[in-house]
Amino acid sequence: MLAVSCRNVIKTYQSGEQKVTALNGVNLEIKLGELMMLVGPSGCGKTTLISVIAGILNQDEGSCRVFDEDLLHMDDREKLAFRARHIGFVFQAFNLLPALTATENVSVPLVINGVKRREAEKRAGQLLEQVGLAARQAALPSELSGGQQQRIAIARALVHDPRLIVCDEPTSALDHETGHHVMALLKDMALQKNRALLIVTHDARIFSFADRIAEMDDGLVVKVSDSVALKSAHFQ
Amino acid sequence: MNYIALKMLMADRSKFLGIVMGLTFASLIMTQQPAIFLGLMTRTFSFISDLGLPDIWVMDKKVQFVDDIKPMQDTELYRVRGISGVQWAMPLYKGLLKARLADGAFQTCNLIGLDDATLIGGPPVMLQGKIEDLRRSDGVIVDWEGAKDKLAKPAPIAGGKAIPLQVGDSLELNDHRAIVVGIAKVTRTFQSQPVIYTTYSRAKSYAPSERKLLSFVLVKAKAGENVPDLARRISQQTGLVAYSRDQFKTLTYQYFMKYTGIPINFGISVLLGFLVGAAIAGQTFYNFTLENTRQFGVLKAMGTGNWTLLRMILLQAVLVGSLGYGLGVGLTAVFGYSMRHTILAFKFPWQLLVFSVAGVSMICVFAALLSIRKVIKLEPAIVFKG
Repeated sequence: MLAVSCRNVIKTYQSGEQKVTALNGVNLEIKLGELMMLVGPSGCGKTTLISVIAGILNQDEGSCRVFDEDLLHMDDREKLAFRARHIGFVFQAFNLLPALTATENVSVPLVINGVKRREAEKRAGQLLEQVGLAARQAALPSELSGGQQQRIAIARALVHDPRLIVCDEPTSALDHETGHHVMALLKDMALQKNRALLIVTHDARIFSFADRIAEMDDGLVVKVSDSVALKSAHFQ
Repeated sequence: MNYIALKMLMADRSKFLGIVMGLTFASLIMTQQPAIFLGLMTRTFSFISDLGLPDIWVMDKKVQFVDDIKPMQDTELYRVRGISGVQWAMPLYKGLLKARLADGAFQTCNLIGLDDATLIGGPPVMLQGKIEDLRRSDGVIVDWEGAKDKLAKPAPIAGGKAIPLQVGDSLELNDHRAIVVGIAKVTRTFQSQPVIYTTYSRAKSYAPSERKLLSFVLVKAKAGENVPDLARRISQQTGLVAYSRDQFKTLTYQYFMKYTGIPINFGISVLLGFLVGAAIAGQTFYNFTLENTRQFGVLKAMGTGNWTLLRMILLQAVLVGSLGYGLGVGLTAVFGYSMRHTILAFKFPWQLLVFSVAGVSMICVFAALLSIRKVIKLEPAIVFKG
């Protein structure tokens, strides 16, 4: 079974009186156990595509199946439940809740899924130990470095054991070394046989972590290649 | 998710306090101003309240409120006494009189003349002397507030403290000598003039000479008698008007409500308090939501539904509303307590609590609705923007 299968996905936005086509017939498949990177220039439709795959936006045309489920035909409640249960997010700006401690932040997806707070925080604590932040469980995001915040974000994306992790520029706010560590951690902890990772990035230094890389341009996936090919092309 | 909502709310202390202070201000204005208004209105009929014994007040038809005296002939007293169902009927004189003070200054006073035999209608609490002392020659009883303030004797040293009028001191009332035989505690009246009690016959001698001097006839109904029925009978048979105590109070405060600008002035204060409170609290709460848009977006992206977010915002609104309301009402209570011995009128009935709860709730609902609308319309894709 494929983790994600998009066929001829079209998405347009209304910008004033103009129609802007963000996705113009995207075809993309992501396999289980695969780390897929999505690259391309700004405005090529990467964010729109991950939003459609994550069930945050509805496409206008085409189909997008995630674990063989068609999100377009789910009602809002089903879509929310699907997202809460099966998708984990890692954001460029970390997007941790500043009022919550590290443990509380990590426990949020479990609480959304109905787990009792005490149990959720216990499991969050275990995840924080795995990402090397056992000593900072009570720290607020403002008391942590960028790398530590992103590690918390990774723990948060994994705590409810989702089947698809969607990462939006997870290393762009980090220096090279920290970014490398974060990617290594992400791949090590997140990638399993029954799970897929989709990472949007501009950062060529992390291409080597990908199993495959999809290049987008003008609302289309124009090429899918393995990481070695793209990395060598990029640095030539 | 409730603890997340509360932590989000209290994360920025200054904003949190700003919202609570806005609601506190609104709540304070919405309770303190009406409490003063009610206090003032209560004073309009405090003289009626102080006279607890009679069931019915009989007066001229044209009387509009308790201080609007339209004197009647003394014979009206006997006509009222002759009506079946009346246990007793006593005369009462009420009028304004100028008292000449020791320093030669004049002070307008409320002169109350009580039935010579029974002294019905006397002051509710005697601080010095006894009410029966009115039977002594030239005896008058003065209220404590008047005795220590407007009727006080000048200080022996220039710039010193005035000496309160005491039992044994004398006054000059309309060229007549009056001896203070008692000091009483009475409820402040709307006009806050000193109150001087004496007998009905002596009051008539103090008052400027007029053909009619009877202000009110105080009536007690016989046991088991229906008071409204008796009042109706008195009105029909005498051509006067008879009110129960509550009816007379209502007539009095309605006059002040209708013919003075007091309700409008206080109404404007309350409305301004409500609007300013709504603006401060609503704006701050909305700004708080705007600043947390991304956080709400993250929660939405991770699968939190609109109902849960709505509940979170309502919980935040209820918390700040409760705190603001409690603080506002508390401050009003402290204000009222600290002013209890001053001239300020203040009355804080439970209905005022209900009124202010409704006002603060409206502000909170307004503030929450603005925020809820914003969050419900929020596109979770916002979280992917850097």
